Amino acid sequence: MSRAVGLHIAVLAGLALAQFTLPEYHHGNLARIMVLAAFASAYNITFGYAGMLSLGHAMFFGAGLYAAGLAAEFGGIAAPGGLVLGVIAGALMATVVGVLALRTTGVSFMIVTLMFAQAAFLTVLYFGEWTRGDEGFVIASDMRRVLGLDLADPATRYWAAFAVFGAVMLGSLAVARSSFGRVLAAIRENEERTRMLGYDVFRAKLMALAVSGAMAGAAGAAYALLFGYVGATFASIQYSILPLLWVLTGGAATVLGPFLGTLLMFYLIDVSSSFTTAHMMIVGFALIGLILFFPKGILGTLRERVVPWLP
Amino acid sequence: MDFGPYLLLASLEGAVGAAVLALTALGLSLVFGVMRIVNVAHGEFYMLGAVIAWWVTSMVGGHPALGFVAAMVVSPLIVGIAAAAAERLVLRRLDYDPEATIVATIGLLYVIQQLALSTYGADARPVAAPIDFRVQFPWFGYSGYKLCVIGASAVMMLAVWLVLTHTRVGLMMRATQHDPETARAFAIPVDRVYAGVFAIGAMLAALGAVLIVPIQQAHYLMGHDPLLLSFIVVIIGGLGSLRGTVLAAVIIGMSDGIISVFFSPTLAKILATLLVAFVLVWRPAGLFGARPA
Repeated sequence: MSRAVGLHIAVLAGLALAQFTLPEYHHGNLARIMVLAAFASAYNITFGYAGMLSLGHAMFFGAGLYAAGLAAEFGGIAAPGGLVLGVIAGALMATVVGVLALRTTGVSFMIVTLMFAQAAFLTVLYFGEWTRGDEGFVIASDMRRVLGLDLADPATRYWAAFAVFGAVMLGSLAVARSSFGRVLAAIRENEERTRMLGYDVFRAKLMALAVSGAMAGAAGAAYALLFGYVGATFASIQYSILPLLWVLTGGAATVLGPFLGTLLMFYLIDVSSSFTTAHMMIVGFALIGLILFFPKGILGTLRERVVPWLP
Repeated sequence: MDFGPYLLLASLEGAVGAAVLALTALGLSLVFGVMRIVNVAHGEFYMLGAVIAWWVTSMVGGHPALGFVAAMVVSPLIVGIAAAAAERLVLRRLDYDPEATIVATIGLLYVIQQLALSTYGADARPVAAPIDFRVQFPWFGYSGYKLCVIGASAVMMLAVWLVLTHTRVGLMMRATQHDPETARAFAIPVDRVYAGVFAIGAMLAALGAVLIVPIQQAHYLMGHDPLLLSFIVVIIGGLGSLRGTVLAAVIIGMSDGIISVFFSPTLAKILATLLVAFVLVWRPAGLFGARPA
């Protein structure tokens, strides 16, 4: 076992053990952070490894969220089925959007994904009769059960969040260490050269989007089922920007960066809210400061200077 | 009311929206054309323009027109200075890298929005129109101010066009747009042109906002829709093409106004955003653009 795999398993073990020592408040926070970090990891696949700047990931998160939520509300499909539906919805949406949006690159790709996400968000509002729009709806508690265990129970919720995050993180690690991951990095560094070397760039990027969409869908479905609330806010542009912030903070194209970034930003806002309500200011200055002084993020900078083997 | 007059009313409303949209989008298009960057904070400069206009008009007493004229001068000036400062402090250090600029201007968007929320508050506040008369059509009366907005916007766009085509400054901008390296070789201060263009782009958004604020109220979240619509317009018009931008603003603004009157505004927006996404997918240079994006 290489030290890279060892490090990631140690982090997961630490997270599994943390729940027995953390006070109740942080215990609940960490469950939420792990689900959001799964979303950030999904974003990292496309933004970090493949170098595609998408501003539309809220629609994949939202697809998972609404697939699980609406299935529970109208289909009577409980938690495990909801999660599967969420993964399928996220992957499907990402594939369809990808086939269209991947005809563009760079700035145009960002605008096209933004437009598709905006259309998806407005669609949620338009069908307000079922989705309840901005107000959202609460998932019935009998739909939030897995194997007889109640997901509203903190311990169960923590384990469920841990399972989703662990699966997504190990998936990211597998991608990063695979030949597929290396092709994505090659596309990020020089798309033309990669194409010239004979790789199917379109296919690789579409695969990356599909994998990312599936992970984001899983995170969305888990968020709906674990915290019991489904609302249009989670499909709004803000939820396309947040994963970008988290990934930039932790370090793009590092497997642990998204989790570290989510953890830090979550607590930065949590701690600061005791003396200011100006959250947006913190997010704004964090984005500007990071891109100016730490464009590689925390783990990216560490990898450059201290631990070159970090995946 | 019959269908004919109803359509006329819808078209007038659409024309007012199109006039303001054209000004705002022109600013975004100018910045994209010359600097090759996307300013995601453009809508916030628009919002800032409206909020400052409210602030100026509430300070100046007397006839509403006095305050409005003061706002027309002060608001774009402050917004322009803020934009130039942001350009100096942030964008220049990023070397105008397209993707880094997007991230930085997203940050700027949040900072400006929070500043407005913390100082101005979450309320929507009205500004009195500088003139108060109604134009009487055979079927309905229509606000004279709204007609003036259309005229004022046309005059300002004409002014931008004249500056770009008939002055030394305009020549410098066009030269920089064409080829920054060569422009620099010909002793054009490219750095200062960039700062100026970024400021002018923001000022155009602020001017559009000052014009609209007697019709819509000033609110700290009002920059969202103009940003998306400006994106739409700039794309449809062809990235970097000013003429295309104005033409597209008229088409999009008019159809948005008319569709919103007859159908659900949400549905109109869904169709518009999807349309734009598909235009970009199949015609990456936009409908009227010649250059590849």
